[in-house]
Amino acid sequence: MKTDAFAAPARRATRSTDGRLLGGVAAGLAQHLGVDVMVVRAGFLLSSILGGLGVAVYAGLWMTLPTDARFDDSSPGLEAASRQGKRPGRPAKLEDVGLLVALAAVVLGVVVLVQILLGNWFLFWPILLGCIGLAVLWRQADEAQRERWSDTSGRIDPVRAVIGRGGVASYARLTVGVGLLLGALTLFAAQTGQAGVARDVLVAGALGVVGLALTVGPWLFRLAGDLSEERAARVRSQERADVAAHLHDSVLQTLALIQKHSENGHTVAKLARAQERDLRAWLYADTPRPETSIADALREAAAEVEDGHGVPVEVVIVGDAPSSERSRPLVLAAREAMVNAARHSGADKIDVYAEMGDALIEVFVRDRGKGFDESRIPGDRLGVRNSIIDRVQRHGGTAVIRTAHGQGTDVQLSMDTKKEDG
Amino acid sequence: MSGLKRRTVVIVDDHAMFRTGVRAELAHDAEVLGEAADVDEAVAAVLELRPEVVLLDVHLPGGGGVEVMRRVADRVPDTKFLALSVSDAAEDVIGTIRGGARGYVTKTITGPELVRAIDRVADGDAVFSPRLAGFVLDAFAGSLEVAPVDEDLDRLTEREREVMRLIARGYAYKEVASKLFISIKTVETHMSSVLRKLQLSSRHELTRWATDRRLL
Repeated sequence: MKTDAFAAPARRATRSTDGRLLGGVAAGLAQHLGVDVMVVRAGFLLSSILGGLGVAVYAGLWMTLPTDARFDDSSPGLEAASRQGKRPGRPAKLEDVGLLVALAAVVLGVVVLVQILLGNWFLFWPILLGCIGLAVLWRQADEAQRERWSDTSGRIDPVRAVIGRGGVASYARLTVGVGLLLGALTLFAAQTGQAGVARDVLVAGALGVVGLALTVGPWLFRLAGDLSEERAARVRSQERADVAAHLHDSVLQTLALIQKHSENGHTVAKLARAQERDLRAWLYADTPRPETSIADALREAAAEVEDGHGVPVEVVIVGDAPSSERSRPLVLAAREAMVNAARHSGADKIDVYAEMGDALIEVFVRDRGKGFDESRIPGDRLGVRNSIIDRVQRHGGTAVIRTAHGQGTDVQLSMDTKKEDG
Repeated sequence: MSGLKRRTVVIVDDHAMFRTGVRAELAHDAEVLGEAADVDEAVAAVLELRPEVVLLDVHLPGGGGVEVMRRVADRVPDTKFLALSVSDAAEDVIGTIRGGARGYVTKTITGPELVRAIDRVADGDAVFSPRLAGFVLDAFAGSLEVAPVDEDLDRLTEREREVMRLIARGYAYKEVASKLFISIKTVETHMSSVLRKLQLSSRHELTRWATDRRLL
């Protein structure tokens, strides 16, 4: 809830969406003037009873004052999270229904008051319908305005500007409002017994609308253009805020974890490494698409191994090729080789190099660890033979493992992509 | 690194924290003459201090590291530039090398590795990180069988390609030499030759490569 102490430097009166009974005029005005809301409400009520000035002022302010929803600023992180749908939206409150009831009661009261003052029972229903119609339309405009400020699609859609996000409720409100207004007019005409007058009123009304559209139309059009531009700028700044929020959020997480593990250098390095990769991907990489690109699939496999085993995996890739049935076992075998290196070699870094030409894919996985004697692979490392050599050979590729004690391990995988699968 | 003589270095980076870190890492192995945080400061510092090696951040306020090299490289022929960056974006890497840097390493490089890289650059050799070697192979990919006039610059020899591939696979110079049965000096010669081609080649694919590959 805003207070005056935190109000924007340029103070503007707004309609309050938080403390409203009807249109939020009284609450907004009270906040602006710094007086109690009940005083304002009493003032409106009194001036309404005494000559009806209050009603006119209230209606005028309702039309002209903007809602405060558009000035509702939050922290960039929260706003970004909201836009990305990571936070719950404003839930529909029971108060919203209560507002409608209050609205109906007030309208009824006003109409009855007019009845008593004018003594003209005749106009009761037309005026009642007209007032309800107008109130519903204006409330709809409120909804639409709120929607507009949270819309990020970046262009002005005239339909959307009127009905907001659409939805059955919006259309229903619009239809009901217009219907009630037309009903009021028709009823008025019927009750005065002059169908001709009703037609004339409708025609005059239509002409008035056309005239207004012609005079104000161009200006409105320009205004919409300005609004579009302004919105495009806002969308850009929102996108920047989203990026900043993502970066700051993930860095924040990493820093928190690093503080927790500050005595464990290995964990800190692992965290820093994962964070670095994340930021790098955000700042400088195209969107990864592991399903379609061998390069991205390899990078993802390397990232998994890095995260899972805490050993940095340096990936260098030359060229790229679309992922296929033939490339998948190669990627899996390469992943297995990385896992082996991370788990058993004791090396502090694994180098992965892949070169993809038109006909040949080659992947090299190398570590400078302790290596092993291939003829005496211990039982638990049968995985090397099964999941690397056999897997690649089964699919028509070749796998060579060069290793010796103290010499590190170099796994070379290659596959001819031109050869058809048997 | 006791056997090596201390090189004079200027650190150019807009992150004060990073400059401090590098300065601490180099404390025993190199003499840091000064620091600079943007292009103008860097130009002034390099002209005044005449270091052997400038550690140059690629992303720098005022036009980037390339702008620094453009403004001072001619006036300080004895100063070598080693690009140091977190970016890793191909455009940055190739652009910086073509701008005159003798090498490109990422900021995650370890202290001893950085000292070795500085030493190598100061001696006039090239420094290729595995990633840079990968970019080079990518840039010179596709064999040009028909020999154009300046074929020397437009493609790598088979030997250079082999060296690059081993560097990209994470082999150290010494390991490359023993694997190919050549001397370290020969490896260095190949590297310098590749660097020259990278900087001077007018090959259409190379100049357009960085942007093209993003369109694929």
